[in-house]
Amino acid sequence: MNDLAIRVEDLGKYYKIGASPERYQTLRDSLADSITAPVRRIRRRLSTRKDPSLDNGRGNQDSIWALRHLNFDIHKGQVIGVIGRNGAGKSTLLKILSRVTEPTEGVAEIHGRVGSLLEVGTGFHPELTGRENIYLNGAILGMNRTEIDKKFDEIVDFSEVAKFIDTPVKRYSSGMYLRLAFAVAAHLEPDILVVDEVLAVGDAEFQRKCLGKMSNVAQEGRTVLFVSHNMSAILRLTEETIVLDKGQLVMRAPTARAVEQYLSSGYAEIGERIWTPDEIPATAYPFSPVAVRIRDPHGRVVDTLRSVEPVTIEIQYRLEAPITGLRVGIYVMTIRGEFVFTSFDTDDPGQYEKFRVRQPGTYFSRCVIPPDFLNEGRFVVGVNASTYQIKRYFQDEQALTFTVDPSGAPGMQWAEPRLGAIRPRLDWRIETTHDKPQEVPIPGNTDSDIES
Amino acid sequence: MSESTITPKSQDEIIYLRPTRGWSALNLRDLWRYRELIYFLIWRDIKVRYKQTALGAGWAIIQPFFTMVVFTIFFGRLAGVPSEGVPYPIFSYTGLLPWGLFTKALSDAGRAMVSNRAMITKVYFPRLVIPLASVLSGLVDFSIAFVVLIGMIVYYNNVPGEYGTISITPAIVTLPLFILLVLVTALGVGLWLSALNVKYRDINYILPFLTQFWLFITPVAYPASMVPEEWQWLYALNPMTGVVEGFRWALLGTSSAPGPMLAISTAISILLLFSGLFYFRRMERTFADMV
Repeated sequence: MNDLAIRVEDLGKYYKIGASPERYQTLRDSLADSITAPVRRIRRRLSTRKDPSLDNGRGNQDSIWALRHLNFDIHKGQVIGVIGRNGAGKSTLLKILSRVTEPTEGVAEIHGRVGSLLEVGTGFHPELTGRENIYLNGAILGMNRTEIDKKFDEIVDFSEVAKFIDTPVKRYSSGMYLRLAFAVAAHLEPDILVVDEVLAVGDAEFQRKCLGKMSNVAQEGRTVLFVSHNMSAILRLTEETIVLDKGQLVMRAPTARAVEQYLSSGYAEIGERIWTPDEIPATAYPFSPVAVRIRDPHGRVVDTLRSVEPVTIEIQYRLEAPITGLRVGIYVMTIRGEFVFTSFDTDDPGQYEKFRVRQPGTYFSRCVIPPDFLNEGRFVVGVNASTYQIKRYFQDEQALTFTVDPSGAPGMQWAEPRLGAIRPRLDWRIETTHDKPQEVPIPGNTDSDIES
Repeated sequence: MSESTITPKSQDEIIYLRPTRGWSALNLRDLWRYRELIYFLIWRDIKVRYKQTALGAGWAIIQPFFTMVVFTIFFGRLAGVPSEGVPYPIFSYTGLLPWGLFTKALSDAGRAMVSNRAMITKVYFPRLVIPLASVLSGLVDFSIAFVVLIGMIVYYNNVPGEYGTISITPAIVTLPLFILLVLVTALGVGLWLSALNVKYRDINYILPFLTQFWLFITPVAYPASMVPEEWQWLYALNPMTGVVEGFRWALLGTSSAPGPMLAISTAISILLLFSGLFYFRRMERTFADMV
């Protein structure tokens, strides 16, 4: 008997963007296609590229290798994290391993029953009650009725919605809905559990509970493959981590090292938003935004930053004509939409005087968010260019998002989420007024005192 | 003791996920393993179908009943369509029962893959489960509507009129076979439509037109005997012809036992089912990426 759980060999998945979920074909399209196909085939022959698969998705606009030449083994009982920026192929990998979609090349070998949690609450029907949805969802996830019967009370207990178990779930709050959905999923007992970013939902309290349940699963010796953007969850739950980038496996290492390298190497999501001409409204003239970027202390454009490091936010723009009294600035919001702060490049009166009239040209407005300021989590940067009470030239409330990693932040010795958007390093002083510290009984010492 | 160390096969089943091409096996074993999911999906469909409607399951009766009333007025009375010796309302209602089961199954199955998109893109299960469940869930409406037929037969048997009483013939034992045949036909067509609908949303527009058109070439409002002898073979190529005629024969003992016509219809139904199954399996691998 070997102890292999998953073996992946030269796995690849090719997507035609034309066949992506956003666009579906109609009969007319494919009729038109079949007419133009011979022409295209000849054209392809004539072009220098011999094999479309040689193209790695960058040259060809219509198709992309979401995964390519992937090789790895996972042994039974291993808990593996999968990280990578958006579009790195994480979700595609999970979809293949959970048999939702087929690979285009290569093979994946699965030993045992796979339970996949690509989403919680799959198949939940709003008209059905909580009780009914537990059975339905359980069946969809691959549990049989006796299994669900056996775990029913446990599931209800875990979900904390016992009171509303016979109420249609359309009347549930979104929190209750998620709790119930996760409770069902958490009681799945497959040999291999494949989990996508499902813990990124729900309130902090319930997230903690889910993480606890997940680590129980891991300790029971089950094989777990866990995808997340949440580095602290990855650090807490997994021993080893796979880093994907552009569909390729770029690193496999013990989690601490993989995360460290991932955060510092620029594999992370590109923290840059470039506006294309068609995204800029005509009303913005003469203001023409170019890009907004997030830079780490080394000047690299990054998506994930450490809470303990300063962050530079840079807005690049052009002025086609002079503007008087212009201010260019940012909003920073949490992912839930709560404002953290707003700041403009001419907040300082001296600066405002100096740039009272901005002449045509290219500009960079940069600001530095000090270290020990933002808490862990994902933040949204909005951009605004306006003149006070006269005109708003340009506004993009969700220009880009970035992640703050808390490694090294105050209080990290306790593995618990901290409430609040900021995480300052405050100067605490502890004073004491007790005068006889020797009177405090020290267990262990008392016995020896009596004996001596 | 040494024998007990042999692990059962199912405990360490190895699945190979690799690209597949062309036609694939039906993999009915996998489908059998997921039979409870079929059950739960049928149960969901039934639970949800008439939620928040004022008339509830009454809709299962209203639809065929009022169609029967309209048919009786226009075809039975005004056009004087013959009804093979039974009261026209009973004649047309008996046709409407399998017809209703068929169209319901067809339109549900046709749309099922798209309406269950969330499941298909997130969880693995044999995709055949979905059209199968939508076809089978039509049986509930069918049973409810069937009760009305019994009521109608009792009524007409007690009201003296131009028709004799309708008596149950031994042919009734074949009724389940005809119900099975409706399901087979509906599943066959439904599989084609649901697989096509994943790729071509044109199916959504074809469906209402298709069922309307199909009704005219099926002996629901009129007996098959109205079709000229020399065209009977062509007429029988519509699998629903044999089904509806056979259904009437089993229930009412009208006309003679369906012979070659039923054979042709059954053959077509089975052909539809198997071609549908294989086409569906062939397209299945692209569903999650396309739906």
